[in-house]
Amino acid sequence: MSTKVVDRAPLTFYERTYLPAILGGLKVTAKHFADTVFKGNSVTMQYPEERWVVPEGYRGAPYLVKDQDGATKCVSCQLCEFVCPPKAIRITPPGSEGLTADRKNAEKMPKEFEINMLRCIFCGMCQEVCPEEAIFLQKDYSITGENRESMIFNKEKLLKLGGTHAGIQKWKNKLEEAQAQETFPVDAQ
Amino acid sequence: MSAPAAPSSTAAPVPAPAAPPVETMTVMVNGKTVQVPKTLPDWQGKPAPTTMLQAAKIAGVDIPHYCYHDKLPIAGNCRMCLVEFGTPMMGPDRKPVLNEDGTPKISRSVLPYEPGTPRGAIACATPISPGMEIYADSKATQQMRESVLESLLINHPLDCTICDQAGECKLQEYSVQHGKADSQFVETKVHKPKAVDLGPRIVLDDERCILCTRCIRFTRDIAGDDALGIVNRGSYNTISAFEPGKFDNNYTLNTVDLCPVGALTSKDFRFKMRVWFLKETKSLCTSCGTGCNITIGSREGVIHRYEPRENDAVNGPWMCDSGRLNYRWVGRADRLKQVLRTSADGTLQPISWNAAIESAALILTQAPQGSVAFVVSARQTNEELFLLKKLATHTGALTDAVPREGEPDRLLVSEDRNPNSNGVRLIGMAFTEFGFNLTKIAEGIAQGRIKTLVVFGEDVTQVGIGPELLTKLDALIVSDILPNATTAAASLLLPGAAHAEKRGTFVNIKGRLQKFQKAVEAPGEARPEWEFLHELVHSLTGHNGYRTIEGLFNQMATEVPAFAGLQWAQVGDTGVTVQI
Repeated sequence: MSTKVVDRAPLTFYERTYLPAILGGLKVTAKHFADTVFKGNSVTMQYPEERWVVPEGYRGAPYLVKDQDGATKCVSCQLCEFVCPPKAIRITPPGSEGLTADRKNAEKMPKEFEINMLRCIFCGMCQEVCPEEAIFLQKDYSITGENRESMIFNKEKLLKLGGTHAGIQKWKNKLEEAQAQETFPVDAQ
Repeated sequence: MSAPAAPSSTAAPVPAPAAPPVETMTVMVNGKTVQVPKTLPDWQGKPAPTTMLQAAKIAGVDIPHYCYHDKLPIAGNCRMCLVEFGTPMMGPDRKPVLNEDGTPKISRSVLPYEPGTPRGAIACATPISPGMEIYADSKATQQMRESVLESLLINHPLDCTICDQAGECKLQEYSVQHGKADSQFVETKVHKPKAVDLGPRIVLDDERCILCTRCIRFTRDIAGDDALGIVNRGSYNTISAFEPGKFDNNYTLNTVDLCPVGALTSKDFRFKMRVWFLKETKSLCTSCGTGCNITIGSREGVIHRYEPRENDAVNGPWMCDSGRLNYRWVGRADRLKQVLRTSADGTLQPISWNAAIESAALILTQAPQGSVAFVVSARQTNEELFLLKKLATHTGALTDAVPREGEPDRLLVSEDRNPNSNGVRLIGMAFTEFGFNLTKIAEGIAQGRIKTLVVFGEDVTQVGIGPELLTKLDALIVSDILPNATTAAASLLLPGAAHAEKRGTFVNIKGRLQKFQKAVEAPGEARPEWEFLHELVHSLTGHNGYRTIEGLFNQMATEVPAFAGLQWAQVGDTGVTVQI
């Protein structure tokens, strides 16, 4: 593709004094000045006391959630760790002698779950891939820490920040279904 | 043409005698004509009529299957390998009916009472006949597969998120390849026992089981322990152990490999790591002289499991539980990680590798001929033994290896618990019977003739050279992986690498020379023995060997008669047989 050089239009004498640009700028400043002083319409925000209200669908920091019974939803399937593009997620599976889950019937729960918020790019792949609806991108956009270590959030912290997400409790449902079959004849529903 | 099921003979030095001509027949698979042998070896190696599944495999077409396994008797119960097929039509005069263009007319298999409906046959158990046509991807075949998968999934819990098999599960794979997304079954799933303790190493999840009976056939016909069976009726069919919790023969973990779904899982590997994170490295089991081929599954320097790797010349597709679970020592916290030397005040001080090599070279150069002895381990690789042999020859040393014996079994476990006894013999570091020179070495030390002892990978205090004898030595050069009484007494300690941390070759009890690859890094300052031995040989003899394991192996092959003519690259993944 060839380049076409466009001639710059020569400035007039009035424009070369720079006055129209300066006056235009002062006009904007004066308007905001008047708005703030006389009408009380502030254009700045007293951050961090005041914060933006982020819109729906905003992709903030990913946190782990609990179900309505207060049980950990994550089963340590490690799909988020696998899919995470910047490798921010690190899960330690429970192992054969590890702790069982804090909910009935799902035998597995992560021993440790870490997200490095310095690595996280807030892409939302972990939320999309999660088969248990256990991780969600929430609305936190301002994550600060005093050092790099404090920016690695562990399972306890992620669960505390994540809160509750009431959804389908599939492991509980499976358990109830199995218990119903223990009596005979099977209670047809 | 060669049979595909025959063991892969990777450049055997002696060409096999010419096999008698194989009788073949012509079949057509997906429109492609292939010549296949009339018979192929069955699971016991006896000739059996070639099946449609084997013919398709020769034609390069994979037919999905669960219960079929080429090293197990055929059961034909999963129905996954159902295919539509056709045979040449015969007239009443028993002559083939021909099409107008002269080709034989094919009659497709149909239901006898409903000629419009195709009738499939299980490819794993149906022998081929001349002129047969197999339609492995016809519409009818695809529909049969969809229906079979739908039936197999009626009561499957679909708990892939917590299932250890996920990622290497045939049910997952075939569902993606051949299944359909929805199911017509709206009924509540039948629930069966979960996390059943079948034996000391096996957990069974009955809900996930598709009742292919591979585990039952393996333990009955291969392991010879008829411990498993199916109990209950219909939808309540469950795999069960004859005595609960007593499925405990030494081959139980093979059923975990065989299980196409996540019903049988290993207690050791349970919830440890998802399989898609594991790096797979071709290696060898070092627990006995059989030298089973294994795949090491590791992630970021941590070994998570061993799995058998198929090699019909050695272990077939199996391995024993004791060998499979013998990997934790590689990652032990008390591994030797520092190069240490006794300083003037008698304490062990860390030194650099260069200083250690110089120190060892000085000790061996100054030692008078005949005052040095070498005790090596038959757990070391041929390359390391070859370099040690050079050192021993240079110093005129007495050498021996330590025997290690145990109870053999009828399948794989060998009486010889050293992985490379034949390597030691072929390289000439010990006589046929190990331990012959050990008493001489002990006497030599006691009488003050032997002043320098070099020990590699063994605890000599266990074999007659006690701590009181070791104090009589001027120098005790020890290389080992884990601490023991000998490493504690060493005046120069060189930390070595486990087999999973280096490359090399072993010769098994039957004379199979096999190589293994590196899976993980050695901890701390520990280095593969052949690397520092090569430097030591160089500083002692001036002989500059090779800096790579390939070059070292090729050099060894020119000097050791048994390995004559071999090249590293020539020793494939399954090894070559050498004369022992």
